Amino acid sequence: MTERLIHLGLLLLFPPLLLGVVNKTKAWFAGRNGPPLLQTYFDLAKLMRKGLVLSTTTTWVFRAAPVVTLATVLLAGLLLPLGRAAAPIAFTGDLILFAYLFGLARFFTTAAALDTGSAFAGMGSAREVTFACLSEPALFFAFLVLAKLSGTLTLTQMLHGPAGGFPPAATAPLILVALGLFAILLTESCRIPVDDPNTHLELTMIHEAMVLDHGGPLFGVILYAAALKLFVLGALLLHVAAPFQAAYPWQEWPLFIAEMLGLAVLIGIVESVMARLQMRHVPYLLVSALLLCGFGFILLVR
Amino acid sequence: MMVSLGLVLAAIGLLGLSGLPACLLPARSPAGQRLATALMAGGSLLGLAGLALAFGAAAPPALELPWGLPWGRFRVALDAISILFLAPVFVVPLLGSLYGLGYWPQAAHPENGRRLGCFYGLLAGAMALVAIARDGVLFLVAWEAMALAAYFAATLEEENPEVRRAGWVYLVATHAGTLCLIAMFALWRQATGSFALVPAPPLPAALAGTLFVLALIGFGFKAGLMPLHVWLPGAHANAPSHVSAVMSGVMLKMGIYGLVRMTAVLPTPAAWWGGTLLAVGAATGVAGIAYALGQQDCKRLLAYSSIENIGIIALGLGLALLGRSLERADWVLLGLGGALLHVWNHSLFKSLLFLATGAIIHATHTREMDRLGGLAKQMPRTMALFLLGAVAICALPPLNGFASEWLLYVGLFRTLGLGGAAGCPAAALGAVALAMVGALATAGFVKLAGTVFLGSPRTEATRQAHDPGASMLLPMGLLAAGCVGLGLFPMLAAPLLAAAAHAWTPMPGLATAAAELPLPWITRLGLGLVALAAVLALAVMALLRGRPRASVATWDCGYARPTPRMQYTGASFGQSLVGLFSFLLWPKPAKLALRTLFPPGATFASRVPDAILDRLVRPLFALLGRQLPRLHLLQPAQTHLYLLYILAILITLLLWGG
Repeated sequence: MTERLIHLGLLLLFPPLLLGVVNKTKAWFAGRNGPPLLQTYFDLAKLMRKGLVLSTTTTWVFRAAPVVTLATVLLAGLLLPLGRAAAPIAFTGDLILFAYLFGLARFFTTAAALDTGSAFAGMGSAREVTFACLSEPALFFAFLVLAKLSGTLTLTQMLHGPAGGFPPAATAPLILVALGLFAILLTESCRIPVDDPNTHLELTMIHEAMVLDHGGPLFGVILYAAALKLFVLGALLLHVAAPFQAAYPWQEWPLFIAEMLGLAVLIGIVESVMARLQMRHVPYLLVSALLLCGFGFILLVR
Repeated sequence: MMVSLGLVLAAIGLLGLSGLPACLLPARSPAGQRLATALMAGGSLLGLAGLALAFGAAAPPALELPWGLPWGRFRVALDAISILFLAPVFVVPLLGSLYGLGYWPQAAHPENGRRLGCFYGLLAGAMALVAIARDGVLFLVAWEAMALAAYFAATLEEENPEVRRAGWVYLVATHAGTLCLIAMFALWRQATGSFALVPAPPLPAALAGTLFVLALIGFGFKAGLMPLHVWLPGAHANAPSHVSAVMSGVMLKMGIYGLVRMTAVLPTPAAWWGGTLLAVGAATGVAGIAYALGQQDCKRLLAYSSIENIGIIALGLGLALLGRSLERADWVLLGLGGALLHVWNHSLFKSLLFLATGAIIHATHTREMDRLGGLAKQMPRTMALFLLGAVAICALPPLNGFASEWLLYVGLFRTLGLGGAAGCPAAALGAVALAMVGALATAGFVKLAGTVFLGSPRTEATRQAHDPGASMLLPMGLLAAGCVGLGLFPMLAAPLLAAAAHAWTPMPGLATAAAELPLPWITRLGLGLVALAAVLALAVMALLRGRPRASVATWDCGYARPTPRMQYTGASFGQSLVGLFSFLLWPKPAKLALRTLFPPGATFASRVPDAILDRLVRPLFALLGRQLPRLHLLQPAQTHLYLLYILAILITLLLWGG
């Protein structure tokens, strides 16, 4: 019960901090002070106090999309184990629901973008669905590897590995899968080198271009859902990239939080030292992710 | 228990003849069309009652009657597989007929309304007969009646050359398939000694393999497996929308039914059968939906998406075959169960989408999505129903597409050989293909729904559109309710699916595998998702109560006067994906080159022609058309010479055979 409460608390409260850590890291690299660590919370509080400005072109789809996105990401967060604790909801085949919940979010986000009738939003949503066609199969390759290694189809057991930890033969496939998942994480959470969350040139954006017309509390919901998505995908990656166990049970949650913050710092470093890829080169990155996960699979079943 | 079969036979009679009374009435009288719908309603209700009775029966009811033909017998039976395929036959055509009252009213179409009524009913009746026939000859008779009725119903607007062309391609393709089926049944008779479709004794591997390949090609033509799909997009796009709904939602499934039935009566399959079907299904799924992305015609997009869904169903059937060869009951149950549930699901959401698209065509008189836009404001009900169908067909939770694909995914993951069991990891790649299909389908249906319903109207015709009347909305609403119902409560179909798997192959372990399915979780989480979204929506609404609210033009990056022409079109939305899949699609290169300092006006068109039909089949047939007239020597248009040919061939055959 306590574990579930901690899970829920972390899921609901922790994600905005990740964005703060990423931005702080970037600021440190650029030699700036940067916004405070808690800036995202301040932003959210401010947005939630605002009124609503809606485009005359839009319909209920535009207003429903943020809410549906948040609901799906929240539910996905409940299907995923955080650290060594089991997920609050677990059943055979939950990994498929996990992946398809993000699909539902994508359907509504991209449809809402088209609802504005803006060419920029259309551009962003076309890019979003295009890149998803490569990242989704890559994610399933990763799931195949994890399912084969653990022998189950339940996310908790798949990500925690067999009882005695992953066997030594699993190291190489897991490294490949971790690299692939990192690329998927960067894509899905709209980070450099795929998308630049800070850009002000609409032509080059993906996620930000889609939500240009949202404002006020609805934009707050979008921002919060984006942070949650980064958190959920990050937690997924951590299982593969850092399958460490703490010495004592009480250390499990601090270890998970430390790993999560480390991941945010890593994302900040990637954003600082890399340039955004040209839009037509993004598929290469995603195909590489697909191939990395695919090679992991082949290594495992050969 | 014979009552159930009698009810179904009576239903077939009523459906098949439902259009005839109208022929006795004047061409403009609406009474005939109403009578036809009433007859279909009566027939369908009788049929559904028969199905319910048959499912409750201890043994599948069967019937055998003498008939006048020298071959075959009138042998019919009603097992769980038949029940499963009959249910859509008794639902979708009836709803389509109801829809037709508003969509294709007799009074507005005196020239062809009665023809449509006749062949529409015949199509429904013939499909039902196909699903219960247990004799090769009877099956072929029903099959051909179905194919021809569909031809006459689909080519209603034959004054349009495009419709004639599509009809012609359909007729050639369906007969190419039927030829394979005739060969298959002839071989079947040779192998088993009768035309009866009952489980065969063990056959030599080569013979069984040949039968399987002939069935795969023959039924593949009807189902639309790539590369045999050539007839499908044209025929579906050019038929009246409720005929498209029946063709796509039900008739394609008869090809699947044929495959399921033949694999049920053939002896234990070799592993390559399942492997082939898995590979063909995965390729059909990916290529079908990739083609859909390149289409600008709403109904062609839906037709290509039907090909994709047939691919998904074939994937499941392949998994089940593989499970049968390798004796894995869980693969059989998940593969066949997922495939058959998808048969139902696709007949619900694809019919819904075709009917909703018909409502758009009815209101705007165009199928070109780039001439539409912003219809959400003019047609809010159609839009809500269409959006629901789109979410369902993308297999997104909590609607029905997700339930069937979830079964397939679990089955495909099981082929990894989890927990020490033997596996077939190559088959697990099907899960990756399915994931790609899912992502592409989302792209395709966001494109379709977004271009047609969202944004602002691109043409004047769009501004004048309005929601259709109740007779068109009601069938769509019922189909949508089916999508929601099966999505939230898939376990309602589970007993029938398990019974069908048992009828397909009575393998030990099926019942255990069925009991282990965590279908209740889909219900719980589906309801949970809906509740969570509702709570969040209410919370946001409560937050916004009393807050200032402003309506302004779309921001468009500071450009003050955006016009509808500046919106992203469907073509531009799909462009990057078409580019990504150009190795598969071979799109027509469309480039605007600026050659002078002051370039004159230019036109730009992006088109994705069907690689098989437009680049292979058509040129091949054109070549044959040029070369074959040389054979006119043998065709002198003199009847007595033709009779001589027949006599000569008969004598040759007699000498050869005797």
